[in-house]
Amino acid sequence: MTNKLPSRDVVIVGLGWTGAIVANELTDAGLNVVAIERGPWRAAATDYAPNYAQDELRYRIRHELFLRPDQTTFTFRNKASQTALPIRSWGAFMPPNGVGGGGVHWNGETWRFLPSDFVLRTHLTQRYGARFLPSDMTIQDWGVTYEELEPHYDRFEYLCGISGTAGNLQGKIQPGGNPFEGPRSRPYPNPAQQQPFSHTLFAKAAAGLGYKPFPQPSGNMSQAYRNPLGVRMGPCTYCGFCEWFGCANYSKASPQTTILPVLVRKPNFQARDNCEVTRINTDSTGKRATGVTFVDTSGTEWEQPADLVIVCAYTIFNVQLLLLSGIGTPYDFNTGRGVIGRNFTHQTISDVTSFFDKSKFVFNPFISSGAIGMCIDEFNGDNFDHAPHGFVGGGYMGQVQTNGRPIETTPVPPGTPRWGSAWKRAVRDNYQSALKPGTGVHGSMYSYKDVFLDLDPTYKDRLGRPLVRITMDFHDNELKQNHFLTDKFAEIFQAMGAQQVVREYRKGPYDITKYQTTHLCGGAIMGTDPGTSALNRYLQSWDVPNLFVMGASAFPQNAGYNPTGTVAALAYWSAQAIRTQYLKNPGPLLHA
Amino acid sequence: MRERHEKGTWYLVLSGLLLCGCHGLRAADPSEQSFADIERGRYLTAVADCAACHTDPNDKRAFAGGRPIETPFGLVAAANITPDPETGIGNWTDQQFDAAVRLGRRPDGARLYPAMPYLYYTKMTAHDVSAIRSYLRTLEPVHHEVHTNRLSFPFNIRAGMHVWDALYFTPGVFKPDPAKSAQWNRGAYLVEGPGHCAACHTPKGMLGGDQNNKRFAGYSIQQWFAPNITNDPVAGLGKWSSQDTVEYLKSGHNRWAGAAGPMAEEVTHSSSQMTQADLLAIATYLETQPGQTPSVKPLAPGDPTMTAGAAIYTDLCAACHRKDGTGSAFLIPNLAASGAVASRETTSILRVIIQGAQTAATRDEPTGPAMPAYGWQLTDAQIAAVTTYIRNSWGHAAAATKPDDVRSARNSLQASRD
Amino acid sequence: MSGIRRRDVIAGSALLLVGSKLAQAEVIAGHLPWHPDAGAPPRPVEPGGWRFFTAAEVETMEALADRIIPPDPQTFGGKDAGCVLFVDRQLAGPYGHREGLYVSGPFQPGTQQQGPQSPQTPAQLYRTGLTALDQYCHSGKLPQRAGFAQLAAAQQDAVLGGLENGSVHFDAVDAQTFFEQVLKDLQQGFFADPLYGGNRDMCGWKMIGFPGARYDYTDWVSRHNERYPYPPVSIAGRPEWNR
Repeated sequence: MTNKLPSRDVVIVGLGWTGAIVANELTDAGLNVVAIERGPWRAAATDYAPNYAQDELRYRIRHELFLRPDQTTFTFRNKASQTALPIRSWGAFMPPNGVGGGGVHWNGETWRFLPSDFVLRTHLTQRYGARFLPSDMTIQDWGVTYEELEPHYDRFEYLCGISGTAGNLQGKIQPGGNPFEGPRSRPYPNPAQQQPFSHTLFAKAAAGLGYKPFPQPSGNMSQAYRNPLGVRMGPCTYCGFCEWFGCANYSKASPQTTILPVLVRKPNFQARDNCEVTRINTDSTGKRATGVTFVDTSGTEWEQPADLVIVCAYTIFNVQLLLLSGIGTPYDFNTGRGVIGRNFTHQTISDVTSFFDKSKFVFNPFISSGAIGMCIDEFNGDNFDHAPHGFVGGGYMGQVQTNGRPIETTPVPPGTPRWGSAWKRAVRDNYQSALKPGTGVHGSMYSYKDVFLDLDPTYKDRLGRPLVRITMDFHDNELKQNHFLTDKFAEIFQAMGAQQVVREYRKGPYDITKYQTTHLCGGAIMGTDPGTSALNRYLQSWDVPNLFVMGASAFPQNAGYNPTGTVAALAYWSAQAIRTQYLKNPGPLLHA
Repeated sequence: MRERHEKGTWYLVLSGLLLCGCHGLRAADPSEQSFADIERGRYLTAVADCAACHTDPNDKRAFAGGRPIETPFGLVAAANITPDPETGIGNWTDQQFDAAVRLGRRPDGARLYPAMPYLYYTKMTAHDVSAIRSYLRTLEPVHHEVHTNRLSFPFNIRAGMHVWDALYFTPGVFKPDPAKSAQWNRGAYLVEGPGHCAACHTPKGMLGGDQNNKRFAGYSIQQWFAPNITNDPVAGLGKWSSQDTVEYLKSGHNRWAGAAGPMAEEVTHSSSQMTQADLLAIATYLETQPGQTPSVKPLAPGDPTMTAGAAIYTDLCAACHRKDGTGSAFLIPNLAASGAVASRETTSILRVIIQGAQTAATRDEPTGPAMPAYGWQLTDAQIAAVTTYIRNSWGHAAAATKPDDVRSARNSLQASRD
Repeated sequence: MSGIRRRDVIAGSALLLVGSKLAQAEVIAGHLPWHPDAGAPPRPVEPGGWRFFTAAEVETMEALADRIIPPDPQTFGGKDAGCVLFVDRQLAGPYGHREGLYVSGPFQPGTQQQGPQSPQTPAQLYRTGLTALDQYCHSGKLPQRAGFAQLAAAQQDAVLGGLENGSVHFDAVDAQTFFEQVLKDLQQGFFADPLYGGNRDMCGWKMIGFPGARYDYTDWVSRHNERYPYPPVSIAGRPEWNR
């Protein structure tokens, strides 16, 4: 039996970055908004204080701040010919849970995609010809351009106090920044962070090889900052317990440190935590959302009616909700038709570990932050001529090492035994003089016919609902891309003076146990054609006009950058369309 | 035309009656109550911070009373001051209301306990008190019986207040000082009258009366130490500019400090609602309140307690408060320049270290940063050491804090929670 | 040394989720949630006694610990570092019975890329694995018929090498899986915060020069190629916190 709550103007599913952004925008427009979050309230004051947040076992190894698989998980297989099996413990990615979502424990790496990334199919076809692209590659143009998103990228960067050095100011290339970036209207709100020793050395070596290194755009504050909403953050102290952890001293941008203090004060805003939305409800026509159904911790079911439903959950959960609610045509791998679940992507990550003379190099790897680092972008997107190489895509690469936490980060040279005296000695001798960037090569993953999401036929969550099934494997294009990039990356460490450089190429098959960022994208993509996308360019559902779906689930393919900047820019872009167009005239914003 | 006007007036009276729920002794004639008067009353109610005591935060019904107030002699509960005729003050005349506020007398002649700060409200003008009455009349009447006297013997005998009043209560309206500016006088009126700052910030003697030779030098109340707000540069607010004071009162934060505990409540209910001009007047007045830097020598850095405290400070405190104690303006309090750190009693410091604290979140400063709890992590000796270190660094000097002080603080905090 | 007060502490790991029971749902409106003593501090291991391992298992585990992480003149071996205590307490807690993980069936073997699919918990793996190890050592396949703990060090290393490379088989449980579990847990115990029972006196951290649970390196970011000189600190503190 479902209990019906009083109707609201807007119900938001999930209170992470996009939930907080959209809730703040729509409450400013005078609407009354309720946000329903599956996980608990989180904040430094109540959950990650500076006297116990720095606990590697608890947070990095036991995953305490993340979604627990027994609350829900996914199944996985490489190929459609296989049986998918449950992800019983997270590995390749770490889904968030709780207020703030991934924004609580992310690194803070805040990039913009390239202008060409948004018109990828058009751009690559024009430059290389359609035959250069693999026949099963399903990349698409987004329906929105970099120029349209620029003010929204800017807005998010100023919300977050991003620390960086601009590379392209209104068309003029700036020294010290990323010369490949799209033009930005104004500089970053904060100067770049200070860079530790190895990151600085990497930049020197990269410059010596003719590259243009620049500091990674960072959501860790380089100095105290007051954002446009009046919320304040303090300076990052380079603690080395950033990603996977909550920031205990108000110096990492998150919904908690940028938006929520203002949002929760508003009389027209309310949030419910520990409540899981199980269904988006629609009327008998199936073309109008009437609200959502959710379950609280006692198992009681509630109905929250609303005029406008905004889904702001993590990528896969957005797709799951659409599938379970019967909204949109599910993607059918066999026929290639349908849109919900198609164009699912991740990232193509690899690393280079290097060993230096310990009598000459002391790196203090524990002095770091989540988004620190010096990077080069020469090999991202279509920033270089791919014609000789036989692949498309690319990524940034950098010495972006975030930590020296010893359970995770005690590199030893290849061939070192994994235990015993030799192991112990090698760990001791190399800790201060070895480098392990982590996500050193951050490559794109483009979309393919046979990489998709649907519902598993066998495995269920604790509420008895089918788990989402992930069918994913690497394609030759990405593995080639990665091989090429990893070799380039390794050259830089060689130039730094490493005694030994170990390339750790990404190899197939895609392995659910090996961590590769949590940048899962696609499954409910935006586009210009309802036949091949779930949402229009305003992230409005083609099928249900009073339903909008935020997040990286909208990406038709993933680029060679962390997605959060683009996720947030799209949320602001969509919220603006809702405020200036939809509210005045509710209905489809576009007619296909 | 005339008929319509009379009808309109009649509707107003009727709705006024309905609003007040009065059916005996009635509310003031609405034609005598202008909107401006009520609005002035609303403002002064905020300045006098009536809500702090008369609205129970757990109950939320505005001004319906019931909130227990700690006094040195036990608990009293704030009365219901909504216009309810049976359980509130709906039946009181304006003179009776005025007598309660400015003379500490109830309509039946009994004396109020000075938890009701009539000692200070006595300085208010009759005109201001009348405006407050006008405003209170417009509130939703709430039927809520409150038993106000919860003191134990012999303090529960109200007649005893007779003697106390004779010793400590000097009734009378504020008299401006013609030698001072209008702004200073306004500030003096606000601070000494409706603001009743001395109620928390002036030390009291054994019988709970103000120690007038130590005005604004700080006082322990509700397990916090309301700090020294004199102009002394070390013990008080001498380093603060007028702007600092205004910002703090308006938003709960300035570049030096953040309001927590009862002061956070004060900011939220009271001073954040005040005009810039009034806040500046308060700052102007406080800047002329003399204080005294205590003549204590700081402990030597090599003292073993200091060494241990320094280690704890470096490991646990510096990531927010910085090695040099300066914190981060408007976010993390500046310990080095803090009069609160220099308080003659460590009540607040120990409380904040043991169980944490949340600072005020206001419209102007919404962040509301919180200090985490260390009580679970540190021994009494360790808390004593780091407290001693903080109170003897960066220009501060104080006697060492003892582990027993910490033990007492823990016990008191535990007791107040149980 | 530790000031962490047991009676005031809330269990750290798996704080909110016990099985599929969730923390109380709440409405958030008007202000940021807070209360005195807010927070979820960790619960430190109380030494003394074994909560999971039997006496015989302790003997085997300590021998394993000293081969995985042998003692040397500068740094404790796994046994003296408390790694077995660490594993004992972990197995007795939520980790041991896979709390929070997805343990619904059906269980079927998959590819390596699909990750572990066994219904077996770490606690079960240790129980069967330690028994199987000792049975193997007594079986006559080795020159000496004795428990693992009684073998000579070189012989112990040979057994471990065989577990690692798959040449040694157990009947009741996969020997390689058992070895990987033991290796991972003991080495994690060597480097985890000492409040969890291992890394005694922060020996693992001192060995490598990791400063532990510090949170402020502002003054050191730009001091390039200079060894950070300060001793490590645990969440439970360091000796210098006391007079």
